[in-house]
Amino acid sequence: MLGWFRAPATETQITHGQRLWLYVISVIIMVLLVTPSLIVIPMSFSDSQYLEFPPEVWSTRWYKNYFGSSEWMLATRTSFIAAFCTMILATPVGVLAAYGLHCSKIRFVRAAFVLMITPMMVPSVLVAIGAFYAYVKLKILYTMTGVVLAHTVLALPLVVIVTGSALKSYDMTQEDAARSLGAPRWKAFLTVTLPQIRFAVVTSGLLAFLTSFDEVVVAMFISGGENPTLTRNMFNALRDQIDPTIASISTIMILVTTLLMVLAQVFGQQKKPLK
Amino acid sequence: MQAVRLNENGLRTDQRLEWLKLFGLSSPAILLILIILIIPVGWLFYVSFIGADGNFSLENYGRMIKSKSYARIFRVTFEVSFLTTGLCILIGYPLAYFISGLPNRMANICLITVLLPFWTSLLVRTYAWLVLLQKRGLINDWAISLGLWEEPIKLVHNLTGTLIGMVHIMLPFLILPVYSAMKAIDQDYMKAAANLGADPKRAFWTVFFPLTTPGLFAGALMVFILCLGFFVTPAVLGGGKVIMVSMKIVSNIELFVNWGAASALGVVLLVLTIVILWIASRFLNLEQLTNGGR
Repeated sequence: MLGWFRAPATETQITHGQRLWLYVISVIIMVLLVTPSLIVIPMSFSDSQYLEFPPEVWSTRWYKNYFGSSEWMLATRTSFIAAFCTMILATPVGVLAAYGLHCSKIRFVRAAFVLMITPMMVPSVLVAIGAFYAYVKLKILYTMTGVVLAHTVLALPLVVIVTGSALKSYDMTQEDAARSLGAPRWKAFLTVTLPQIRFAVVTSGLLAFLTSFDEVVVAMFISGGENPTLTRNMFNALRDQIDPTIASISTIMILVTTLLMVLAQVFGQQKKPLK
Repeated sequence: MQAVRLNENGLRTDQRLEWLKLFGLSSPAILLILIILIIPVGWLFYVSFIGADGNFSLENYGRMIKSKSYARIFRVTFEVSFLTTGLCILIGYPLAYFISGLPNRMANICLITVLLPFWTSLLVRTYAWLVLLQKRGLINDWAISLGLWEEPIKLVHNLTGTLIGMVHIMLPFLILPVYSAMKAIDQDYMKAAANLGADPKRAFWTVFFPLTTPGLFAGALMVFILCLGFFVTPAVLGGGKVIMVSMKIVSNIELFVNWGAASALGVVLLVLTIVILWIASRFLNLEQLTNGGR
């Protein structure tokens, strides 16, 4: 043990012992990064209004509250449907755009790319009130269509960036080969290019799902009525008081996100073998 | 000769047409962004120049300059953004340095601790801090039983709580680009510095640190810009005591239904963001930002 303290940390660096402070600080920071979200899980099973940790009396009271409330169920349904539709819409639209911008060499490509990433750069409050205004005019305020369209716009930059960077490392001459053998462009894309960038496509689809599922500010303005999202209701509940039911919802949301990310990881590992 | 040139021209026209068609593939995306985002924001821009009487006026902007409360909101917004960015650098840089020195397997495990909060919903993390920091929350309970302080301290619904929550949410945006900048450094540079007689401290500050500044700058910029327009965390953890620009925009619409005032604030926020990005783009490649972000 003592030997480790005296051993140099790197070939030119000071010893581990002298760098101990760095190790201690780093571990503390990592614990602080992870615990706040994870500690909500056991706390959600506490019977107390104040969500003790560790819970003195364990109960599923807040889960019953959540599953028994038609309001929360409606919001959950809205969020899942909106996230799913956003994924279904944003992925093809974004992949098409990424492909088009990657292959085309006309002057406007650069400008179009900047336009594609504006939804990420514009402060979300501005997107929210802009969409709110537009939706009043288009008469789609508080509708599923409205939520899906707005979330699709927010998800597009991620799809374009993720798919675009996959295309950058993909060798386009393969598609040229397919086309020179007589395949029309769309067929060459579907049978040669798409299978090889599919990991990026699936990842961007999952990110689109998450973008919609986690989005708060825009949903706060344009969802509601018969189509309130989960995050909108959670935010409103948080503004009033600390409702312990939210701990149970948070736990479920953490599970959903983790599941999606594990899926993305598993899919990523399978990308190597090509049939 | 003539025929060759004609053929060349024909081919070029064909190529241009092909490129135009390919460009057309992005039209659904462009159309969506235009209708849902660009045109409405353009309209907000227009509304911000309309006064209460329906004519062109600068009163929405004039109010911002005259009114003390607006000056305070801008001051708070910048204060929170600077403090958050500074704290993120202080906390994130050492952690990135620590992880970048680990063997690959360990580094991957440690990176998960950075990525896990990145995936978790922003609202969930904000809520978690609200629960932990409240008067009867875990932090107060533990601190009192450990004897750190005697009475429960107000840790949330004020600036402290807002900063804790925001730093936690912004840290991954700083750590990831800094980490990838550190990983890209050739370790031979450090050996060379040592060989030339620099002690570890000097080697770090004259060789290692300067090489990480592009990543650090990109990360800090990302954090700062995200902070400027942040809404959820200060709204929940600030408890009405920390009013930032985005919150004023929302209350202008929700409480006062004053589109002119809200739009003017929004325009200022957007222009600030664009100016900062523009200045930054002269010093670094903005694509680093999009790679560093999620």
